[in-house]
Amino acid sequence: MENDLLTVQNVSISFTQYVQGLQQHILKVISDLSLSVKEGEVVAILGSSGSGKSLLAHAILGILPENGQCDGTISFKGEVLTQEKKEELRGEHICLIPQSVNFLDPLMKVREQAIGDVKDEEKEKALKHQKEIFEKYGLAEEVGDMYPFELSGGMARKVLLSTALLSDPELVVADEPTPGLDQASVNETINDIKRLAQEGKGVLLITHEIDVALKTADRIAIFYSGYVIEINKAENFNDVNKLLHPYTKSLIEALPRNGFKLTSGVQPLEEVDGCPYFENCPIRSDICQNNKPDLIDHNGIMIRCHNFDKEVN
Amino acid sequence: MVIIINSQKLAKFLGYKAVRLFILLVAVAAVSFIMVEISPINPVKSYAAEMGASAQQIAALSAYWQVDVPLGEKVVSWLADLLQLNLGISLIYRIPVVNVIIQKFTASLVLMITSWIISGVVGFGLGIIAGGTRGSWIDKAIKTYCYILQCAPSFWIGLIIMLIFSVYLGWFPVGLAVPVGTMASDVTFWDWLIRLILPAFTLSIVGIASIALYTRDRLVNILNSDYFIFARARGENHWSIIIRHGIRNVLLPAITLQFMSFSELFGGAVLVEQIFSYPGIGQATVAAGLRSDVPLLLGIVLISTIFVFCGNTIADILYKYVDPRMKGDENE
Repeated sequence: MENDLLTVQNVSISFTQYVQGLQQHILKVISDLSLSVKEGEVVAILGSSGSGKSLLAHAILGILPENGQCDGTISFKGEVLTQEKKEELRGEHICLIPQSVNFLDPLMKVREQAIGDVKDEEKEKALKHQKEIFEKYGLAEEVGDMYPFELSGGMARKVLLSTALLSDPELVVADEPTPGLDQASVNETINDIKRLAQEGKGVLLITHEIDVALKTADRIAIFYSGYVIEINKAENFNDVNKLLHPYTKSLIEALPRNGFKLTSGVQPLEEVDGCPYFENCPIRSDICQNNKPDLIDHNGIMIRCHNFDKEVN
Repeated sequence: MVIIINSQKLAKFLGYKAVRLFILLVAVAAVSFIMVEISPINPVKSYAAEMGASAQQIAALSAYWQVDVPLGEKVVSWLADLLQLNLGISLIYRIPVVNVIIQKFTASLVLMITSWIISGVVGFGLGIIAGGTRGSWIDKAIKTYCYILQCAPSFWIGLIIMLIFSVYLGWFPVGLAVPVGTMASDVTFWDWLIRLILPAFTLSIVGIASIALYTRDRLVNILNSDYFIFARARGENHWSIIIRHGIRNVLLPAITLQFMSFSELFGGAVLVEQIFSYPGIGQATVAAGLRSDVPLLLGIVLISTIFVFCGNTIADILYKYVDPRMKGDENE
């Protein structure tokens, strides 16, 4: 589509590990992931913590570790991103909002980190701009003089956000921006992210908090065992019948306000032949065991299931 | 990095350290004295053996040195003398031990400080380069060099260097701090400097290995840290991040380590001075040991204790007072 800011097509991310001496083992963390983010749109990737969602953010910015392998294509404004292109765009057109204060240099004042490595003659301008942005996100001027360890949780979040936004990027990748924050700070974060979308920026929000995804995003991609199994509009998550994948349904039904209906089972850790949800699926059929479903478009909803439109047995 | 030091707190800390040093010195003085006392070294024999004294003279010497006084009494009087900074007379040099130590230690200090600075700066630089180019041939070359130096004994390296530069190439004199047969007043600064180069060089390249490997290891850890990833995500390039964030975070622990290495520096100086016949404290130590100069030996033990203690204290101060993260504790 022509107004897509970011397009991720069939991206797989794997790691080469050494197990027992020289024997290599390839660990696949993300498989066949496709999604897109338009201008002014917030797309959330919702998945359990530790499932490797952050690696997608790292892949988009080209900051995967050396033993990480990224297959598939990532395009920005229709242009396929090579590593060189990513290096050119990152920090300018694509920015990352990281998870925690650990992403700041513990021995450098916040202000210096925010403006980054600038030439002396441009420094004054950069500092002025930094002051404006800090003010815009409700940070007092003296915060710039603080070291990261002196920041409170809420301040740290604002600093990370404003640091990422100094260069006025077109695409913002927010990687778990709300862990361990109080409700007020979470709400503020949600509003800040929505405001970014109103300003016309595209936002890719990576989170494990369902509420944050529901309140912030326009579309939500459900991440299960390394696969995106469904991408649906946020408003459809209010009605279980509008959701297509059995996992998404059980996820939403498990919310306290929807009756706390728990289903048992865990996500498979090893690569499976068939559908990753096969083990726990209530509507599985023979085809699901050995054939992996593709992510297909069903009236604008992306779904990875052989049986979503069939009757439940 | 802004250094904010609370002077009151620092004074308290230094006072506490001074008490610790005092207790340590008393303990070291007493223990080393007792060890020498129960060793087969006999000051009378070692003194008299050189000149073939008669039985009468030996008896007189024994009485003079109070050889038959009980051990406890000896220790107490040794400590009492020590409090008055009276370390006795060196048997070899025939002048007060304090004067010998001042003279020798000054010569050694020049050697040690020179090589300490060179090894620190070069080692840190090599560590940063190796860490920054991790995995490349440059990194491998630096690592190999460090491993070889780390496991090669310093006296052996000293001999090799002497062979190459003094014997084969003839660029430097083989040893001694000043030319033989020259009046002390005629020795020029250049004479002295040119004889300092090889020992300092040897001591430096031996010291480089540990600091370089440490720096490299710390930098590699930082390259994997979250803030390094975020700096990359913000578009800073590799070497700019290393200069802005890497050095900043490695420098303090590296300097601390360098101060902690004072003991190795002293040990290295003993060997290197011996090889190059550099008349410093190291050579005096060996001479005092071999020729049973007990007063000088004990004096050197004490001065080396103070030297190493100072290094460790400076390392402590750096850790406690220069790191801005420790500022919070200070304000309480």
